[in-house]
Amino acid sequence: MADATTFTNDTQILEPFRGIKKVTIEEYFTSGHRTCQGCESALVMKLMVKASGPRTIVLGSTGCMYVANTTYYTTPWVVPWMHTQLGSSGSAALGTAAGLKALMKKGKMKSEPINVIAFCGDGGGADMGLNGISATLTHKDYNCLILLYDNESYANTDIQLSGMTPYGANTTFSPPGKTHRIIHKRWKKNMAGMMAAGHPECRYVATVCASYAVEMMNKVRRALTIGGPTFIHSLDPCPKGWDYDPMLSHELGELAIETGIFPLYEMEDGELRYYGKTKAIVDGRARKPVREYLLKQGRFAHFTEEDLAYFQEKIDEMWDKWEVPGVVPFKRTDAAKAAPSQK
Amino acid sequence: MATVTKAAPAASDEKELLISGSEAVAEGLALADIDVVTGYPIRPYDTVIQAIAKKIANGQLVAEYIVAEGEHSQFEIVKHASTVGARVFCGSSGVGWAYAMECLVVTPPLRVPMVCLVGNRALDDPGAFGVEHNDALFVRDLGWMLCWIDTSQEAIDTTLIAYRVAEDRRVFLPLAISADGAFLTHSQALTLVPPKEKVDKFLPRYDRGDLLLHPDNPITVAPQANEDWVIEIRRQNDEAMKRAVTVIEEAYADFRKVFGRGPENPWFEEYMTDDADVILVGMGTISLPMKVGIRNLRAQGKKVGLVRLRWFRPFPTEKLVKVLSKAKAIGVVDRDYSFGSPFHSGVVANEIRAALYNAEKRPPLLAFICGLGGREVTLEDVYKATDLCYNAANSGKSEAKTLWLGVRE
Repeated sequence: MADATTFTNDTQILEPFRGIKKVTIEEYFTSGHRTCQGCESALVMKLMVKASGPRTIVLGSTGCMYVANTTYYTTPWVVPWMHTQLGSSGSAALGTAAGLKALMKKGKMKSEPINVIAFCGDGGGADMGLNGISATLTHKDYNCLILLYDNESYANTDIQLSGMTPYGANTTFSPPGKTHRIIHKRWKKNMAGMMAAGHPECRYVATVCASYAVEMMNKVRRALTIGGPTFIHSLDPCPKGWDYDPMLSHELGELAIETGIFPLYEMEDGELRYYGKTKAIVDGRARKPVREYLLKQGRFAHFTEEDLAYFQEKIDEMWDKWEVPGVVPFKRTDAAKAAPSQK
Repeated sequence: MATVTKAAPAASDEKELLISGSEAVAEGLALADIDVVTGYPIRPYDTVIQAIAKKIANGQLVAEYIVAEGEHSQFEIVKHASTVGARVFCGSSGVGWAYAMECLVVTPPLRVPMVCLVGNRALDDPGAFGVEHNDALFVRDLGWMLCWIDTSQEAIDTTLIAYRVAEDRRVFLPLAISADGAFLTHSQALTLVPPKEKVDKFLPRYDRGDLLLHPDNPITVAPQANEDWVIEIRRQNDEAMKRAVTVIEEAYADFRKVFGRGPENPWFEEYMTDDADVILVGMGTISLPMKVGIRNLRAQGKKVGLVRLRWFRPFPTEKLVKVLSKAKAIGVVDRDYSFGSPFHSGVVANEIRAALYNAEKRPPLLAFICGLGGREVTLEDVYKATDLCYNAANSGKSEAKTLWLGVRE
């Protein structure tokens, strides 16, 4: 068992897939799950391990992608997979990476780069598990990826609101009523921006949407190749929680980007790159009105014109007033006031 | 006349060091060549992490050393490291241990042989550093093996035994070693530290076998089971805990063979119990005032003895009943509480009451609560408990209430 191979902390070099036809045929997340029709998160799981390949360990915190995927005596996972607690994706990734590293370094296990990916939902990641993820992103000596699949509610437990649920959405914990039309008045957390801005030694943070599958897989491959602790935020339309026809999942993902609600970007070694239609928006293309996205979903069916206007205003602010549009919510200051000495 | 546990003469190849209980655990951890260790600050257990950090800094131990951002992560990190085959260590105290509770719950059913040090500490509020056993006792029903140590020698020896027992494939359960805060974690004593070659003879490598999470063994761990299978999984845990009894006895016997010292009876220490009318029972460093008190009482002709319980899970039911049944009265001194429990007694007293229920001979049992929050257990406390036990022995009846000793009322 013990191979005294020389240990290096190298990662697997996963070159990007150059187009859909170059994507490998093998699947590492296959049949055996019981996710809903139109579930984008299941697609994210499939693409995530397709991108990482077979020498991967996946840790899954509690949520849909635990309960609906892995029923006792059946599993869709071809790669080794383990459950972790709701708030533990960060520590699961770190512990697994640390265990492998220790054993390889000490010659107790054959030395080879093994991908470690821990996934969490928006509740497990942005609410309960935030501190663990944050800590992990400061441990630059451990190679692991944390992937947040964000379906914008506690979708496994009956669709309750999370810190990532959009303003005003109807959830079982925020039902519109006769006295209060809007119960959920918090604005969604800016997870990827927070992770990128708050962890200077985390080398790679990206946002993805499975509507753009090749780009999504390539970001996973880039994160794993770069190494150290990395973070990816995926926006996953959810027919059950968002209340729409399952055939619209892909289209809603596109609309989230086109309306500017969810920007696609990556931050590699501190350098920001916008992707696809987000890049077009940054370059001046008009954003679609948010109502085109919101009104396709039952969770916003109670919205009045006033609510739609408020939502639009907040999104406009994100693009027109943020210092780094769509990413960092520091407002642009008046150039004259901020730097009076400049030309 | 009485059974006294004596340390065998020092084998020539052992070093003798003046170290605290926590430092002794760290010596054991270096000898056990642990692979991953996590820390988070809370007194008094944190002294073990300080000692390990020094060892790592000085190259006396090669391990991944992670300071977590809270106990929840601290315990989750080592749990996951263990599933890929790493030998792991962590620990906590008081409310820190409570903060990790979710992780403590999942570790036994995952069959993770994590070894921890609980530096026993009173729970908040009010904030207090002193010892109480309620923290470690949180997990008594969950599949954790629990033992209480009394000396720094027992600290290093038990650390080695702990890995041997926990990592035995017949067991694969987590194990918490409890050490009384300050009284043991911070108190120095001369301690024999064995050489690595002997430890290697005693302690095999951790082999996770077919449960190893690795691309060469692509298993799915802990899928959602629901009503279909949960009870069978609980039963497997139960069987593992039952098997631990044999494994613990084997480990202690082997320990004596390899190191030439250690107790014959793993489960509890008996002090002057052979002819005792009254047997006092306690766990941890409470043994010191008790032993001194017992010697003084014996000088007055009172036949008193002590059972210091080492192992609480698995609980040595038959062996304990056999010894305690011989007494005319039993006095159980708890350094914990269990508000609203039968007779409002502490946890150990009620466990022993339950253990004695089907015994042929059931001496009167008195329950005492003493030394909470690190309050010193005095000789007067020991004398008072003994007197009350003698009254019960003479009347043949136990008072169905619990007496608090050394408390302002």
